[in-house]
Amino acid sequence: MANIVQFENVGLRYGTGAETLSDVSFTLSSGAFYFLTGTSGAGKTSLLKLLYLAQRPTRGGIRLFGEDAVTLPRARLPGFRRRIGVVFQDFRLVPHLSAYDNIALPLRVSGVAESDIDAPVREMLAWVGLDRRIDAKPPTLSGGEQQRVAIARAVIGRPEILVADEPTGNVDPDMAERLLHLFDSLNRLGTTVVVATHDFHLLGRIPDAHMMRLDKGRLLDPTGSLRFPPPESQAPGAAA
Amino acid sequence: MRIGFITAAADRRLLDERGGTRAMMWIMAIMLFLTALAAALGLATLAATALLDRQLVGRLTVQIVEPSAPARAAQTAAALAALRAAPGVRDAAEVDRARLAALLRPWLGADGADPDLPIPAMIDVDLTSGGDAAAASVAAAVARVAPSARVDRHQRWMSPVSGFMRLVIWLAAGLVALIAGATAAVVILAARASLETHRETIEVMHMLGSTDMQIARLFQRRIALDTLLGGAVGTVLAVAVAAALGARLATLGSDLLDGLALGRRDWALLALLPFAFALLATVAARYAVLGALRKIL
Repeated sequence: MANIVQFENVGLRYGTGAETLSDVSFTLSSGAFYFLTGTSGAGKTSLLKLLYLAQRPTRGGIRLFGEDAVTLPRARLPGFRRRIGVVFQDFRLVPHLSAYDNIALPLRVSGVAESDIDAPVREMLAWVGLDRRIDAKPPTLSGGEQQRVAIARAVIGRPEILVADEPTGNVDPDMAERLLHLFDSLNRLGTTVVVATHDFHLLGRIPDAHMMRLDKGRLLDPTGSLRFPPPESQAPGAAA
Repeated sequence: MRIGFITAAADRRLLDERGGTRAMMWIMAIMLFLTALAAALGLATLAATALLDRQLVGRLTVQIVEPSAPARAAQTAAALAALRAAPGVRDAAEVDRARLAALLRPWLGADGADPDLPIPAMIDVDLTSGGDAAAASVAAAVARVAPSARVDRHQRWMSPVSGFMRLVIWLAAGLVALIAGATAAVVILAARASLETHRETIEVMHMLGSTDMQIARLFQRRIALDTLLGGAVGTVLAVAVAAALGARLATLGSDLLDGLALGRRDWALLALLPFAFALLATVAARYAVLGALRKIL
């Protein structure tokens, strides 16, 4: 499988503080499934921000879709971002838009005709079990419902990479399983999936998934090729 | 109105236009009210100045200041003949004694009609052109046959009035330019404030792959619409005020103020003001939004 993402000695520092990420190097293969784990503050969200181009690294190199993402001109960022689906940890739904309009947003941004938007949006709403909350605004949705809308929004455009930051943090175990199944289905269709999670119960649900583990801003497995289940020496408890 | 990537309805939903978003419209109504009034003043003064210029350019008065009545009559006849023969003179006519007496009545009363009173004879002259050379040539022709003649160009008498009117025109144009500048500044501030209000939405749109231009269009469209609607209200009110003032002026019967009137072209220009300001607001909003967006990744 070709590499879709390549990080090389990437460092990230906010302001003048210490490095949040240090010497992070890994590659992601196109069409593979990755879990990114690590304790709170390990740098998972920062690494994902670099992946979905919300941040540029302070040092090092990043190649995305075969191009240098560090020096990518700002005008080309939107085109790259449309190829990446993101589930934010804090959902980032537009509060005054309905669930329907929130999910339709990536399609509208990409210029999909209004007549071609309705069917996929309704299908996605049904898939995440929100077909009865089509007109509900995010403030009236529960945390779990908001998370499902956020996931539906991230996957509706069939992105080449799906990046999800703690996507099952606010849903019950059944829904977590269903959402993971959705990610798996998308992965089987060719999307590279990167899921950051604390939930080690999830890791065993995707047998072919790779696992990357961050600790204090450093990737414990520089090759990014650890597979679940991790050997005892690299289990979360052992790293802490 | 479709704005490129999102239908107008979806676009309106995106920026949450409920609530206090119409303040901009009323600000624009006030701006356009002031602009249209200043423009109306400028256009009416321009029309009056043009009328005054048409009336004065090429008009002369020849006075024969001769105490002896027979000599005055002889010189007047000679001057009239010389004027009528001179090239560049369209018309020359003596102002009759009765009209002169009527003009002098406020100062001399009935004595102005006394035939023994040595009132200068006056000849109204219309030239075919208003150039200095034509006036000088006519004055020379008159001087040769009527040594007591004095030639006065009307243009010279009225030049202070004409100059003042031109000053008013420039002042009005300056006011329009100032208000346009203030409008652009208001739009830029409003666009920046609106960007701040919708920062979270914009960040989400950026992450979903929106281009700066797509986001700028959302703001442009909204500000242009506010300017157009508010501007239309302000302009209609200003036009009503200008029309009412015009009607009052017309009843004054003043020769000087009669020219202060708006023609069809002037009304059309006033009607175009909201569109011109909507365009200005669109450009200002785009400039402000694109400038602010460039600062974020």
